[in-house]
Amino acid sequence: MTLIKIDRQTWVDGIEKAKSAYRVFGPVKENNDHEFKLLAKGEMPDFNCQNTRMSPKAIIYPQSQIMFTYSLDESKDDCRIMKEVENATSPQVAVGVRPCDALAFPIVRRNFDSPEYQDTYWIKAYEATTFVGLACNAACSTCFCTSAGTGPFGETGLDILLVQDGDTLYAKTLTPKGEALAASAGWSSPAASDVSARLETLKTAAEASVTAAVSTDKLKDKVLLDLYEAPFWEEEAFSCINCGTCTYVCPTCWCFDVQDETHGKSGIRMRNWDSCMFPLFTHHASGHNPRHNNYERLRQRFMHKLKYYVDKYDSGIQCVGCGRCIRLCPVNIDIRRICDKMNSFDAKSCACDVASS
Amino acid sequence: MQNPYLPYPVRIDEIITETEDKSLKTFKFVFINPEDEKKFAYESGQFGELSIPGLGEIPIGIASSPMEKGFIKFTVFKTGKVTSSLHAMKEGDIMGVRGPLGHPFPWKTLEGKNIVIIGGGFAFTTLRSSIISILDPVNRPKFKDIHVIYGARSPGMLLYKDELQAWAERDDIHMNITVDGTNDPNWKFLTGFVPTITEQKAPSGSPDTYAIVCGPPIMIKFTQPVLDNLGYSHDNIIMSLENRMKCGIGICGRCNIGSSLVCKDGPVFTLSQLNNMPKEY
Repeated sequence: MTLIKIDRQTWVDGIEKAKSAYRVFGPVKENNDHEFKLLAKGEMPDFNCQNTRMSPKAIIYPQSQIMFTYSLDESKDDCRIMKEVENATSPQVAVGVRPCDALAFPIVRRNFDSPEYQDTYWIKAYEATTFVGLACNAACSTCFCTSAGTGPFGETGLDILLVQDGDTLYAKTLTPKGEALAASAGWSSPAASDVSARLETLKTAAEASVTAAVSTDKLKDKVLLDLYEAPFWEEEAFSCINCGTCTYVCPTCWCFDVQDETHGKSGIRMRNWDSCMFPLFTHHASGHNPRHNNYERLRQRFMHKLKYYVDKYDSGIQCVGCGRCIRLCPVNIDIRRICDKMNSFDAKSCACDVASS
Repeated sequence: MQNPYLPYPVRIDEIITETEDKSLKTFKFVFINPEDEKKFAYESGQFGELSIPGLGEIPIGIASSPMEKGFIKFTVFKTGKVTSSLHAMKEGDIMGVRGPLGHPFPWKTLEGKNIVIIGGGFAFTTLRSSIISILDPVNRPKFKDIHVIYGARSPGMLLYKDELQAWAERDDIHMNITVDGTNDPNWKFLTGFVPTITEQKAPSGSPDTYAIVCGPPIMIKFTQPVLDNLGYSHDNIIMSLENRMKCGIGICGRCNIGSSLVCKDGPVFTLSQLNNMPKEY
């Protein structure tokens, strides 16, 4: 680990230099929000934002991705034979990834890169990417990263962590990938010896600015079926319109659909982000749907993040506390409230209530 | 790194219409690249994703047995977009198959045991695979008594009729073939619903006796209490589930039941396991 000082001009020059060796993604302003985009020559990442509207997951896992091509031309030898799309990704950098979003990549990796099956599309893109984080000096009111496995200066999932102090950036290289990027960008001035202490002060202040929190300590010990059958799901889902916004903006939601699309005699097999909020997600061809009611779909989303994932991997919750689903939910469903209800749920006291009423 | 979504190209070698209403056809596939057959090494109870370019993929249980070489077979009920198109295909057509996927029936556990195979309707496909495997001279000595209870609505709706006939004539398997009802005066097997026939014909439960149950939800619902009465432990009742699937390898996220994915952790579960899972299937 090295601590590097980057002044304004070195930063701008470095990003341009990096673009000759990498495809560089960063947050840019789009209408009223910031989104991660591939930066054109001369275009700089805009750090004048907190969380982007969409998470940066699409840099590794595009919302729509071609997997195969095929021909339906009977005169061709390869008619009806699926051909893999060349998906070896050239080196790329995601600059300005907030620590919450950075933690999402190792979480999602557990799904795409398991001992049994390796999702070649996701893994190749992930391995080709250098993650440059940007520490948060102040949290949003919906942020709860400090109780979701990271913090405003969290380093998990990152190759470099940047800290902004006025006009100066400090870069902490965390991995060989990060060192290679710093070298390529020409960021090499060591920070003064007192900077570490200064960054600790900023970190402490940033952590103090995170005022929201969730309790997750008891989730693992709850009986799965007790939580599944808890009485609060229908009440929580009452206002849910199953729009799916929470799943699309979530950095840790990974579900997808696979669709074929034919134009004339050729076509593509692609995958598209999908959502457990949609009835079609689980709809059997017979017409039967195991999650027919909207409360069943809402329950699936929260049980997956806060119980199924917790039980399966024993590595915390499948949520990084970015707060996007809270900010963007049109009916104010709040994962913090639901998480606390789940964590404090007592099936026994609940049964007594029913018995005595 | 092997792309787990890439289907093996196959040619439809033979199509057999199984039932009188033509809703079920068996497709026999031959791998276009012979080395792919080795990669598709499977056991009874597993499934594959049948891939038709331009339409999509469907998860279907493997009806052939690993003891049958040179081809793989799937029996498909015509119900949705992909299955309807598959039913319209002809011998010689090229398509794709991915797999084998999921876990097979627990054959190591079943060795040295009595097995009762209970099937209904068109959920008899992986059970056909199992029976072919068990009856192979190499495998038959590994198992004790084998009982089969298989029911369909009518004689014309039974799958694999010639094989059922041949198995009924053997003395190393107790076949109980039944139909809900029939006007056929020549019907020589049983009449009655699967749960009733199970009550009459299945051996009592014991630590050495396992039931494999595959069928429509209504059959399963009424067969389970029968097995309970016969003294079957829920660890000894093995079932195979279906849910809507896409990837078949535990990644796309839609087929989960609680923490388990039907495609990757199933489709085979014991009733004991299912008792501790939500009923989302």
